[in-house]
Amino acid sequence: MSVLPYLVAGWIFLVGVYGMATSRDLVHAVGCLSVTQSSTYVLLLAVGYRKGGTAPVFSDIAPGSRPVVDPVVQALALTDVVVGATVTALLLALVVQIAKRHGTTDPDALSELKG
Amino acid sequence: MDRLLPLIVVVPLLGAALLAGAGRWMARPVAETVGCLCAAASAGLAAAALAGGPYVVWAGDWRPVDGHGVGIVLTGDRTGTGLAALTSLLVVTVLAYAWRYFDEPPRGHTGSFPALILLFQAGMCGFALTGDLFNAFVFFELMGVVGYALTGYRVEEARPVQGALAFGFVNSLGGYASLLGIALLYARTGELGMAQAGRELDALGRPDALVLASLVLVLTGLLIKAAAAPFHFWLPDAHAVAPTPVCMLLSGVMVEMGVYGAARVYVTVFAGPGGVPAEDFRRALTVLGLLTALTGAALCWQQRHLKRLLAFSTVAHTGLFLAGLAALEPDGVTGVFLYVLGHAGVKAALFACTGALLDRYGGVDEHRLHGRAREMRGVGVLYAAGGLALAGLPPFGTALGKALAEEQAAWLTALYVVVSAVTGGAVLRAAARVFLGAGPREEDECGAPETTGDQEEPETERRVRRLPSLMATVAALLLTGALAVGTVPALARGAAGAARAFTDHAGYAATVLDGTHAAPGAGHPSPWWSPAGVGLGLLSALLATGLAALGVRGAVPARRWAAPLRRLHSGHVGDYVAWAAAGIGLLSALVLWPGG
Repeated sequence: MSVLPYLVAGWIFLVGVYGMATSRDLVHAVGCLSVTQSSTYVLLLAVGYRKGGTAPVFSDIAPGSRPVVDPVVQALALTDVVVGATVTALLLALVVQIAKRHGTTDPDALSELKG
Repeated sequence: MDRLLPLIVVVPLLGAALLAGAGRWMARPVAETVGCLCAAASAGLAAAALAGGPYVVWAGDWRPVDGHGVGIVLTGDRTGTGLAALTSLLVVTVLAYAWRYFDEPPRGHTGSFPALILLFQAGMCGFALTGDLFNAFVFFELMGVVGYALTGYRVEEARPVQGALAFGFVNSLGGYASLLGIALLYARTGELGMAQAGRELDALGRPDALVLASLVLVLTGLLIKAAAAPFHFWLPDAHAVAPTPVCMLLSGVMVEMGVYGAARVYVTVFAGPGGVPAEDFRRALTVLGLLTALTGAALCWQQRHLKRLLAFSTVAHTGLFLAGLAALEPDGVTGVFLYVLGHAGVKAALFACTGALLDRYGGVDEHRLHGRAREMRGVGVLYAAGGLALAGLPPFGTALGKALAEEQAAWLTALYVVVSAVTGGAVLRAAARVFLGAGPREEDECGAPETTGDQEEPETERRVRRLPSLMATVAALLLTGALAVGTVPALARGAAGAARAFTDHAGYAATVLDGTHAAPGAGHPSPWWSPAGVGLGLLSALLATGLAALGVRGAVPARRWAAPLRRLHSGHVGDYVAWAAAGIGLLSALVLWPGG
């Protein structure tokens, strides 16, 4: 099994964190959070991958006749997508509200909560 | 009762769905009654489960075969059901406190606030009861998302949305880190249940880098929720801007859920021979706990924004919990459990009093409120009692927990006494200034970065003339609860039993997978007040009073010396994310430290 997918997942996570830490626009930062989250999809799918495996749908293949990939991680990835959609939607809604109340989406300009 | 365990989570979920769907057609008292009833039903179920048990429920009856399973398990052991009961009780008091708290609910959204609170309750109860790592992540995110929504509940104002956003970014990052860790653990063990994963790890033998990485990543998310330094930056901002009833929940139980999760995951999954050695975990938690407690205490003393002051006191006490739990000795864990129970009551009562100030005077600034609250004598007395309880005055539950937890080591005793004296002293100082008008009126100085708290909007539409009796009653009841923790021996005995079961790695797996219940440990002396514990509690309360007296006179400077530390709390989302990333590095270094 190749370690490449695992390295890719780690790299995507770090890229997302770097983007959030240095972002100058909150919409962009929410995007970076989604990028961070993509690393979990890559990792989950890499964990469940089997060489030569097919989709775990047993309507047209006999059980045990050929390898299938792990369906558990696919279920996890789907749940993860749903969670991510909720979080992203809520954060974007908050950003819209910040744009209305503060008149900016630049995190550097939000300086009311300090110390 | 086995069948009823999932209802602790399901009842609030259904109530929330009902209120979200039909709330707009309900009269307001009906919606709030439905909310209270659902929360109370869940509290009753959790209390019933606490009395019996432990219960293990496999969803859909998908039981594991030969130790391997795909089913999802809910585990109602003493600790889990106890936390669920604490959460549900606190939710009931919060809903009672919030009765008529917001004058007008948004048009067309009558049931939205109780619905969100019920969802929050479901998330926390689910997190406390689950025995499955991925479900723990889902409940973690449910708790988080509802938390962000509740923090930014007053979306029409500028600051709440900003605090909610920082909360959202940092906590979601933590959630995804945890998920990465869970995926790595699944890759190694092929199991998602905590008990099964723990057994598989033990069967595989010595830990390697992958196991360490998964522990660090899972702990990152949970410690962000627990607000351990340097992951704590989101907490003061969120607490400063969230509506007061929400603060009562955030500080009272949500933060403690993070501490619980970290200890639970370590004990059930990583504590065996195939996991991470206990001294590595102990080192990590001790150092982080020390750092968190001292940072929180130093910054708590600096605040003039009363909600931020209480928020930093929560950070400080989280540090104490982490340091007390680090050894995972049953006696220390018993102490921390009792401390958590007492702290929830005291901190919620203090927030309730602060909310009364906010609604009466339209601000929570210690300097601006100087002497203005003289006529609110009852609240003043409650506030001072809360400050003393926070400082560890016997016989409050905080003091009993503190006395038991600090017995583990001499340096731990010193840490507990100093931190509880400083945080209690800060509350007492604020009480003396606000309710008695003690000391000179502070002039505003410019220079130090700070959030003052004089621009906070009252949460009721009109300022309340007199304090509604319900709000004062809730605060008094919460303090009585904290008092009961220290005076009812049955609670201490129960906590000790829960702690012994909690720290037993093999026992947990046996309970979940084999259905065998370890016999309640006989021969252990029941934990109770010791003369030394009472003495140290009195000492820290005395120190707190002294510090407060000096602080009021200005003899202990409240600014300048901590300005560099305060400047780190910049309110900038990017900075907080960077600190969280640095925290992952620190945690890895602590776990991997050679020669432990």
